[in-house]
Amino acid sequence: MKITRDEVQRVALLARLQFSPQEEEILTGQLDRILQYIEKLNQLDTANVEPLAHVADIVNAFREDRVVNQPSPDTLLANAPARERDFFKVPKIIE
Amino acid sequence: MSLHTLTLHELHGKLKKREVSSVEVTESVFRRISATEDKLHSYITLCRDKAIAEAKQADERLGKGGESSPLLGIPLALKDIFLTQGVLTTCASKILGNFVPPYDGTAVRKLKEAGAVAVGKTNMDEFAMGSSTENSAIAITHNPWKLDRVPGGSSGGSAAAVAADQCIAALGTDTGGSIRQPAACCGIVGLKPTYGRVSRYGIIAFASSLDQVGPMTKNVTDCALMLEAVAGYDPSDSTSVNAPVPAYASFLNGDAKGLRVGIPKEYFIPGMQPEVEQAVKEAIRVLEKNGIRIEKVSLPHTEYAVAVYYIIATAEASSNLARYDGMKYGYRALARDLTETYTRSREQGFGAEVKRRIMLGTYALSAGYYDAYYLKAQRVRTLVKKDFEAAFRKCDAIITPTAPTTAFKIGEKTQDPLQMYLSDIFTISANLAGLPAISVPCGFDAEGLPIGMQIIGRHFDEATILRLAFAYEQATEWHKKKPLLDHG
Repeated sequence: MKITRDEVQRVALLARLQFSPQEEEILTGQLDRILQYIEKLNQLDTANVEPLAHVADIVNAFREDRVVNQPSPDTLLANAPARERDFFKVPKIIE
Repeated sequence: MSLHTLTLHELHGKLKKREVSSVEVTESVFRRISATEDKLHSYITLCRDKAIAEAKQADERLGKGGESSPLLGIPLALKDIFLTQGVLTTCASKILGNFVPPYDGTAVRKLKEAGAVAVGKTNMDEFAMGSSTENSAIAITHNPWKLDRVPGGSSGGSAAAVAADQCIAALGTDTGGSIRQPAACCGIVGLKPTYGRVSRYGIIAFASSLDQVGPMTKNVTDCALMLEAVAGYDPSDSTSVNAPVPAYASFLNGDAKGLRVGIPKEYFIPGMQPEVEQAVKEAIRVLEKNGIRIEKVSLPHTEYAVAVYYIIATAEASSNLARYDGMKYGYRALARDLTETYTRSREQGFGAEVKRRIMLGTYALSAGYYDAYYLKAQRVRTLVKKDFEAAFRKCDAIITPTAPTTAFKIGEKTQDPLQMYLSDIFTISANLAGLPAISVPCGFDAEGLPIGMQIIGRHFDEATILRLAFAYEQATEWHKKKPLLDHG
């Protein structure tokens, strides 16, 4: 499989990233070499091997659904790029 | 004698006996930083005033007596990936350039409760993505052994700071080698614990099924003491494991007799630096004299580990880093509408390597490629884990080199991402299998650069690898050498 510039553009849109045409060209070449290297996984027959998501034996870790900390609005909004009263101010979502 | 050159364990003895105060130790560390930081750039943020205040509190606690935490009054450095309440935490990224966390992560909280003094936040590869600390958006850190070399990465600032006595010990994180490889490059001890051993709550997430918190120290005793302080179950991390925390230092008796140590042939390969291979083989001979038994083992899927890692780690990263959208915290670019705000904030906020990995991970998870890449990588991950299960039926620990070469030159690998990725060829498997692994100094190459030996253990058997590492350390002098901070 060879990754194309069209695909790089499609993936950039999915990831909410953008690149200049020059960056896009370099990135396409780099991703292509990395993916070629990753192709080596196809040397292995894994038809009967279960996938491993993580190594811990834990399936689910449940806890009581109760509030354990209640920071003030000021604490929570201290890092907000924009704020209005006790709300995060964000760009308009619905036109 | 300068206090900053001492180990955690040595200082604990002096502090307890009131021969020195924590304020004196902390001031000695800051004098050392002032004298060396222009050459090294280990730190992103220094917390001098806060640290002195913490040291005074520690001295009060020490004055009252009765307390025995070995960390009480000890100045430590924290990788800038740890959330620290009220202290800038950037993850070496522009996108978190002004981020001041509202709370402490669990590992940091435990260190503080033990009475440790936080010196500052250390440099790293942006979002812990890299093997040289060159991907930092803040600064380039230099290797104290030879200033034109990288300190390794991603915890390169922590490693350089420990090696150059700019702190007494440090905390790092390790997703594919980010504690062990810089520890090897800087000639210190670094331990990645078992996945689930230390809480990940309050560390900035990179790849959640691989990330672990661990100590970076001047010797093995310090490493055991730090691990004991930060390990343990935490309800705030759903993957932390509820298993008792042993008194790790109690296993350090200098005796490794009767332990069976596996040597995997797949970790001694053409292309690795011959001096690294020689040093590790010589270290194994030293341990043989101490009474360990050598077993030949095979980990046949080792050569696939880097490929598996760069699918799984990037897939998880692409998902974890989706949160940086410029809405609730972090950098927000000015733009016309919502989509453009997302895109521009991320374009301007993330560096090249982070974007590359988000792209790779998004690609591997996208429709039409999920089975071929992500699911395939997860299946091969099972094979890597099974390799270790088979090997550990024959041995109690596995010894390998930590990295295929000593520290490379600054700029040498920045244009070739794949070559950079291969720096982690010997460390990645332990993350994929969730196993504990330690790097200890085991020699120097002809240029005077440190070499690291890796010891990998069974799940939750940090005690055995610490015991082996300590037995080796007792038999050698490598850990006592100090860098000169010159051009070599």
